[in-house]
Amino acid sequence: MTGQVRPAAYSEVSAVAVVAAGGALGSLARYAVARAFEVIGWELPLATLTVNVVGSFLMGLLVAYVLVHPARHPLWRPFLGVGILGGFTTFSAFAGDAVVLADDGRWVAAAAYVIVTLAIGLPAIWAGAALGRRWHRRRALS
Amino acid sequence: MASAKGAVMTAVLLVALGGAVGAVLRYGIVRLLPAHFPWGVLLANVLGSLLFGVVLAGASDGMRLLAMVGFCGALTTFSTFALDTLILGREGRSGAAAANVVLSMAACIAAVAAGLAIGQAIGLSG
Repeated sequence: MTGQVRPAAYSEVSAVAVVAAGGALGSLARYAVARAFEVIGWELPLATLTVNVVGSFLMGLLVAYVLVHPARHPLWRPFLGVGILGGFTTFSAFAGDAVVLADDGRWVAAAAYVIVTLAIGLPAIWAGAALGRRWHRRRALS
Repeated sequence: MASAKGAVMTAVLLVALGGAVGAVLRYGIVRLLPAHFPWGVLLANVLGSLLFGVVLAGASDGMRLLAMVGFCGALTTFSTFALDTLILGREGRSGAAAANVVLSMAACIAAVAAGLAIGQAIGLSG
């Protein structure tokens, strides 16, 4: 799986350090989005839906970049991908939101939330990767 | 909490600390498990969902920020789940891609529900 290929050009200690820093920053960004949605007064699942869709789209852009420039600094991948985007997006709050809605007896809302997250979040990474590839190809030609 | 500014600083520290530890644990789990199927991300997502459920049953605001928002939020990931699903599809393994989606959804929802039941049983909600 290319998702788990690790370039051997950095030490394990520095990889752990950048993953920790990225995880802290990504989590703070997710928390900030959740607080902002609270201020607007929108319901909680929309904040989780937003971070997961935006994070997946950015992951697609990142993967396209890494495929075009595999030799760029190898710590960017664990910092941005594993740390920041991994910390920004979340599966536990996604599953948790669905369980809370179902627990409230709002089964249709729970099912709709799961389906909408998958139906937008999965194509979002594909769209990010496709856009990233086109962008890098154009830059390589000019 | 002494002041609004102090409360914000405390929240930032708790979320950042939980997020850093959660992300490193996910990195370790993914590195340790076999990579022909995204078992590592699946396990991280299930573990994080289970703990999320336990804390959801009832905990202090500080514990929620540290454990739910920080640690569980960063231990689990949607973007890598989506990436692995995309890669499996690109490799022509559409059955494995579908299995990853269905397994992740079913196992994580079940894990939150189980965690919630555990949290209520050990009296976190009271």
